[in-house]
Amino acid sequence: MISVRNIYKRFGSQVVLEGVTLDIEPGKTTAVVGPSGVGKSVLLKLIMGIMTPDRGEVYIGGENMTAARTERARNDIRRSLGVLFQSAALFDSLTIYDNIAFSLRERVGLSATKAHSKVLDMAASLSLTPYLQNFPEQVSIGIRKRVGMARALITEPKVLLVDEPNTGLDPLDGQEVYDLINACKNQWGFTGLVISHELPEVFQVSDRVAMILKGAIIAEGTPAELTASQDPAVQQFLNGRTDGPIKIQ
Amino acid sequence: MGVLTTIEHFGAFIIETTERWGRSWIFLFRSMVALIRPPYRPYLYFSQILQIGVNSTLVIALIGLFTGAVLAVQGEYTLSKFGANAYTGPAVALSLIRELGPVLTALMVIGRAGSAVTAELGIMRITEQIDALRSMAVDPIKYLMAPRLFAGVIAMPLLCGIFNVVGIFGGYVVAVGLLGLSAGTFMSQIESAVALVDIYSGFIKATVFGLIFGWVSCYKGYTCGFGAQGVNKATTQSVVTASVAVLIVDYFLTSVLTRVFMK
Ligand SMILES: Nc1ncnc2c1ncn2[C@@H]1O[C@H](COP(=O)(O)OP(=O)(O)O)[C@@H](O)[C@H]1O
Ligand SMILES: [Mg+2]
Repeated sequence: MISVRNIYKRFGSQVVLEGVTLDIEPGKTTAVVGPSGVGKSVLLKLIMGIMTPDRGEVYIGGENMTAARTERARNDIRRSLGVLFQSAALFDSLTIYDNIAFSLRERVGLSATKAHSKVLDMAASLSLTPYLQNFPEQVSIGIRKRVGMARALITEPKVLLVDEPNTGLDPLDGQEVYDLINACKNQWGFTGLVISHELPEVFQVSDRVAMILKGAIIAEGTPAELTASQDPAVQQFLNGRTDGPIKIQ
Repeated sequence: MGVLTTIEHFGAFIIETTERWGRSWIFLFRSMVALIRPPYRPYLYFSQILQIGVNSTLVIALIGLFTGAVLAVQGEYTLSKFGANAYTGPAVALSLIRELGPVLTALMVIGRAGSAVTAELGIMRITEQIDALRSMAVDPIKYLMAPRLFAGVIAMPLLCGIFNVVGIFGGYVVAVGLLGLSAGTFMSQIESAVALVDIYSGFIKATVFGLIFGWVSCYKGYTCGFGAQGVNKATTQSVVTASVAVLIVDYFLTSVLTRVFMK
């Protein structure tokens, strides 16, 4: 469904990604894990086509995002994507209702009545009905994440991208986001890509896991396979030790 | 070694500056193209004209009033040295219409609305709202920048007009009410001294300043760096850059317009 082929990305002299290759199977959820600052968010932005790789290609549902030269061409490919951002990235000048309705109005161009019933259905299934007239800053971060999910899923995307589902959340809110991802996966059946540095919590939403370190994927498999891996870097990261091949700067 | 690094740094500086210039022109061009391409979202344009224009009216009128008043005091003082204080009216009106109206309106709008536009867009950038727009296949240049640029270009000359009218009124109150000039002289001298070209050139200036305002404040917000630091820096830079640009462009524009309209 998503195929990342030999991606390179650097910022000035700082090399971030050096030959990342990753295939995400349709209907499954893959987690990309790794320490902070290895370039997980950069990878996500490359997949969304809001950054361009120096080398390599990104395919989404067989379409080449990297070769799409104009924003319009990239937009056509982006239609199959939904994104849940780290801090939800809700539009704070709009109500929660308008946030959820955003894609339907601005992109799909649905009539107000049709959009209205869709928004109400979505709000009901994510228990957001009481908050529809609030502004994002008036509700808790846990609810904002649910709104972000509703906003992403309203156009029924084939792929859902999630950046750091529970960073900055307390353990209860964090767990709620994982439960939300699993519930939505069952209901909408998207292909998922979750970026996280929280192990092993992220395993509960993952069918497969890929670990990224020093610009490349160093291990890949099911959560069980990764846990059993003999790779010292994987073991160090899983067990949260400070000694080992991963250097803490 | 020292010389080489100096040259290297200088070269890097030149390249960086050129690149930034290029980017900001592309940004302006794309915003203008976005203005004329569908889908049009009129409500976004109205809301920006409200925020940038309508909400600046009161403060513009207030500084217009006092600028006109002080011009009357200073004008009367200077002109009376030549026994020419009957020309206080035109002195006030021409200074306002040709120069101070456009420039002070622009500086005021930049300080009030320019900083707000940059901060708002900068926060949208660092909280990933701009990325979210793009991920939802909505062009942020079209959705965010074009309406603000348009509002600047429309609102600036209108605000400048308000500034001028209120300013002349302020001058009238001081000159006629306090300094004892004849009301008839004040108004009739304005009427005979102010030509249509003065008004044109003032409005052309205000429109160009509106463009500079929109361009700089949007571009600085859109390209804002990481964190609260980034927003802070972008906002300061936006106000300083736009203000300086207005004053520099003002000089050249005045020279050119005076030439063109005098012939
Ligand atoms: N737009 C950018 N410009 C310059 N450097 C960037 C940019 N985005 C990310 N980086 C750098 O790339 C590295 C990886 O960042 P990121 O992908 O956010 O890490 P993480 O794995 O924690 O999500 C960081 O060192 C960051 O400073
Ligand atoms: Mg990140």
